[in-house]
Amino acid sequence: MKIVLNGEAREVAATDLAGLLAECGFSGRVATSLNEDFVPAGLRAAQTLTDGDRVEVVAPMQGG
Amino acid sequence: MLLVFAMVAGLWGIGMAMGAPKSARWTMIAVLYVAVLGVQLAFPPEHQLVVATGGSLAMWLMIGAALAVVLGYSTMLQKLRLKADAKVQDEAQESAAQELFSETELNRYARHIVLRELGGLGQKKLKDAKVLVVGAGGLGSPVLLYLAASGVGTIAVVDDDVVDNSNLQRQVIHKDEAIGTPKVLSAAEAMTAQNPFVTVVPYPRRLTEEDAAEIIGDYDLVLDGTDNFETRYLVNEVCVAQGKPLISGALSQWEGQLSVFDPASGTPCYQCIFPEAPAPGIAPSCSEAGVVGPLPGVVGTMMAAEAIKVITGAGAALRGEMMIYDALWGETRKIGLKPRSDCPTCGGKNT
Ligand SMILES: [Zn+2]
Repeated sequence: MKIVLNGEAREVAATDLAGLLAECGFSGRVATSLNEDFVPAGLRAAQTLTDGDRVEVVAPMQGG
Repeated sequence: MLLVFAMVAGLWGIGMAMGAPKSARWTMIAVLYVAVLGVQLAFPPEHQLVVATGGSLAMWLMIGAALAVVLGYSTMLQKLRLKADAKVQDEAQESAAQELFSETELNRYARHIVLRELGGLGQKKLKDAKVLVVGAGGLGSPVLLYLAASGVGTIAVVDDDVVDNSNLQRQVIHKDEAIGTPKVLSAAEAMTAQNPFVTVVPYPRRLTEEDAAEIIGDYDLVLDGTDNFETRYLVNEVCVAQGKPLISGALSQWEGQLSVFDPASGTPCYQCIFPEAPAPGIAPSCSEAGVVGPLPGVVGTMMAAEAIKVITGAGAALRGEMMIYDALWGETRKIGLKPRSDCPTCGGKNT
């Protein structure tokens, strides 16, 4: 299905948010949002994706 | 005579029913009045029309004059009252500004004072504010310069680093000649040189578990632009414990993020969003990954703008939202944030 990941259109096989992180090679310690709403780590496996979803994966950054 | 008054009442009623403005109704009545005067002049006193409309030019002239005096007087009163109200409001703003500021300061902050959302009262809030900035590096540079320029009264800065040649590609508060001096001293000098009306409190050290609570306790607002996760989690913990808003910014390479963490007003805290620091070596520091020079300028300046809103209450600060700025593609994105009930720091009190 087609989603937008961090502002970029992507074709992915995953059908839930946890699967998407695995597919795209993100490690666990990131923050995620689906269509601009925050999704805590514990709810990612249950969060199904649909065509056109906008997903944001935000890694903590330490640079200042 | 009664006939004329009946016609006046009629005109007023019809005008009202048709929704005509008061001025239009008064115009109709004025036309009627002139017509009545005309009748008194044009016809002999015994004429039917003259008798029906009161029979005396002099009397109508007197009524007209009396009305004109009453109307003129009441409009004048109304205008005076409006003027007085506006003056009282302006004076409240102005006196707030004048009590606290010298002529030079009033002139310096004039572009703030004319902003409806800030005004003299907002500028007074800025002057009364005590703000702590953690980190005098890339983000700290614009944060400190803009807070000082904006007239934030007391600005503390904590950092244990000294200025290094490799900092100067982005840390614009420090000058080449400051290489080797503590960043907080170099920053303080630049700030007071820019605006001698602010007080700068330098802490040349790293915040530790032991002294963080005491230092943060002296300030009402904290801005975090530090370069390491330990300090970020520590600052968050103390701010949550003390109910202080925390404006947090971070960046890597081409991308930056910022948010206002303020659980006291219903938002998540830093740890709600990032439960754990990445394993060491996973999230690179600026020296390892690189960072484009203007990026901390953009993100730090946004942090300073958030600080002005948090202090003055203008607009809406980034509470419960994270702004992501991607310099490489010229994009900004915003995501909503929610407290997490299993957050060890704030306990998701607001979930
Ligand atoms: Zn929390």
